[in-house]
Amino acid sequence: MNFSRYLLRRLGYSVFVLLGLSVVVFIIARLVPGDPARAALGPRATQEAVEALRAKLHLDKPIYVQYFFWLRSVFQGDFGESLYTRRPVIEDIREFLPATLELALFAGLFMAVFGLLLGVLSARYANTWVDNVIRVLAYLGIATPAFVVAIILILLFGMYYEVFPTIGRLSPGISAPPRLTGLLTLDSLLSGNWIALVDALKHLFLPALSLSLGGLFQEARITRASMLENARRDFVAAARAYGIPERVVIAKYLFKPSIIPTVSILGLDFASLIGNAFLVELLFNWPGISRYGINVMLRKDIEAIVAVVMVLGVVFTVVNILVDLVVAYLDPRIRLVERGE
Amino acid sequence: MQDVLLDVQNLVVHFRVYGGYLKVLDGVTLQVRRQERVGLVGETGCGKTTTMKTIMGILPKPPGVVRGGRILFKGRDVLSMRPQELEHLRRSGISMIFQDPTAALNPVFTVGEQLEDAIRYALGRRDHASVREVALSALQSVALPDPPRILESYPVQLSGGMRQRVCIALALAYPKELLIADEPGTSLDVTIQDQILRLIHRLAEERKMAVILISHSLGVIREWTERVYVMYAGTIVEEAKTGELFARPLHPYTGALMRCVPKLTGTGIAEGIPGRIPDYFDPPAGCRFHPRCPHCMDICRQRKPQLFPVDENHRVACFLFGRNSRG
Repeated sequence: MNFSRYLLRRLGYSVFVLLGLSVVVFIIARLVPGDPARAALGPRATQEAVEALRAKLHLDKPIYVQYFFWLRSVFQGDFGESLYTRRPVIEDIREFLPATLELALFAGLFMAVFGLLLGVLSARYANTWVDNVIRVLAYLGIATPAFVVAIILILLFGMYYEVFPTIGRLSPGISAPPRLTGLLTLDSLLSGNWIALVDALKHLFLPALSLSLGGLFQEARITRASMLENARRDFVAAARAYGIPERVVIAKYLFKPSIIPTVSILGLDFASLIGNAFLVELLFNWPGISRYGINVMLRKDIEAIVAVVMVLGVVFTVVNILVDLVVAYLDPRIRLVERGE
Repeated sequence: MQDVLLDVQNLVVHFRVYGGYLKVLDGVTLQVRRQERVGLVGETGCGKTTTMKTIMGILPKPPGVVRGGRILFKGRDVLSMRPQELEHLRRSGISMIFQDPTAALNPVFTVGEQLEDAIRYALGRRDHASVREVALSALQSVALPDPPRILESYPVQLSGGMRQRVCIALALAYPKELLIADEPGTSLDVTIQDQILRLIHRLAEERKMAVILISHSLGVIREWTERVYVMYAGTIVEEAKTGELFARPLHPYTGALMRCVPKLTGTGIAEGIPGRIPDYFDPPAGCRFHPRCPHCMDICRQRKPQLFPVDENHRVACFLFGRNSRG
């Protein structure tokens, strides 16, 4: 496969998508009623002070001029200053994004591992009690919002049985590892701080689980349906006819073509976790970007709003490209079509 | 009598569906002798493929259920075999070429991966070089050009004829005693189909294999087989030496089938058979062909006719003939 050309083309498209996104978000953030400068300075500030801030933020100029100023500073790595934390927005993002990424990565891991596992079990024991139990759980899991799951998990494992911590990313008294990536598990692994690693994993478990359940059961259902459909195909019967052992037929010849739809949906579910983690982050007091994003929106912190949406857009785009690459790796038909064969 | 390789007796297979069973196979009986080329002919949906999948132990269960009968391969009962014995049977005894080569090849693995796996498990060999060597020679034996490139290819990169050849290579990568060829080349154009049939014929001669050739084409059956079974709605209705059957078709269904063949020299379209294959959920009582049969008698609606030998090489399941007509 002409891998680098494919990747370049995808990245090229992404630039246009992100530019389009920035225009839309930029305009919406400024169209929402209310004056950001007044909101930032409070009702008691003088009219002069408000006017000065408006001028500083270029709010007194036409919107396309404002966008041009914004775009120029973004290319210099400057997303402006948050009116709420009074810090450069990029610093806020650097602080809050890794916490959410780590949470989403673990939730994604749960979705991939348990979603596939339950799906395979359900298909393998189709229409037996195993399958029925999994299917009922799946309906419940998909129908229950993540924050309800979070509340139940906090009550069960945080209060009645105090097995898992339910607040923040690390217990008080445990020294955090030096910040390298911002992902606590990875940082503590890199610095060999096992105590912090175990503590961080414990903190991750409940929020990641509550965030993952909906997607997890969705993945299980898709895997089940896809495996049962492929099991009836001739290529599975043919693999048996050629004397290939049953376990290899299932684990290889049936499994690989069956997980392709699961992987596509998994990617979308994972990418949307990052923006949708708000309530879970709130309940677990998780210092993440989703919670930060909602806070800045409520405060009309325009620079921060645009920056958060752009960051989520970038994450979404990158995850989508990665998923497409994985799917192309799994399915030669897609790979060969890309090559024009 | 020559040595019997495969002996299927009174095979009854049903399919479980919502609210009941489809009674698809209703007592199929057939024998294949060593190195014999046997034809199985019948309309689409009459149970040819189901019979063959049951013989190989690859009938999906559920929904398939074997309700009765015996399948003996070299005297051993296939239906009561344990999974390992079945795997062994498929590695050294029986192999099958599927109807549609595109559906029979796994789309997400290369030809090499699939072929080498089949060889690896059949021969119990681990070392990659010798497995690859067998794979290359398997591709050569089915007259595929540039075997190393084919090994690297995915099925989607090959033409229909090449996929069919790959399927034959997969089925015959190592010695077998019986090859089941399920409508080989039907999905291809006639010249390629002819090449494929020639190839199967040559391989069967070289390797001293018996062949069951399934087809709905009487021309193909007449040209390539020694003995024919005619199947209708899950039962064998007539069995004869190929020449004998075409010279003297006895069962009304066989006759009707022959009149369906369009002739190159003839004028107009061929006759069809009125009616259609029965509903397997609620099949006709007695002879399953009776609703479409021009010679239908009272007894046909009540009792199922058994295969009756009209002479040494010819048996028919119809009340118009032999003891059936008196009983």
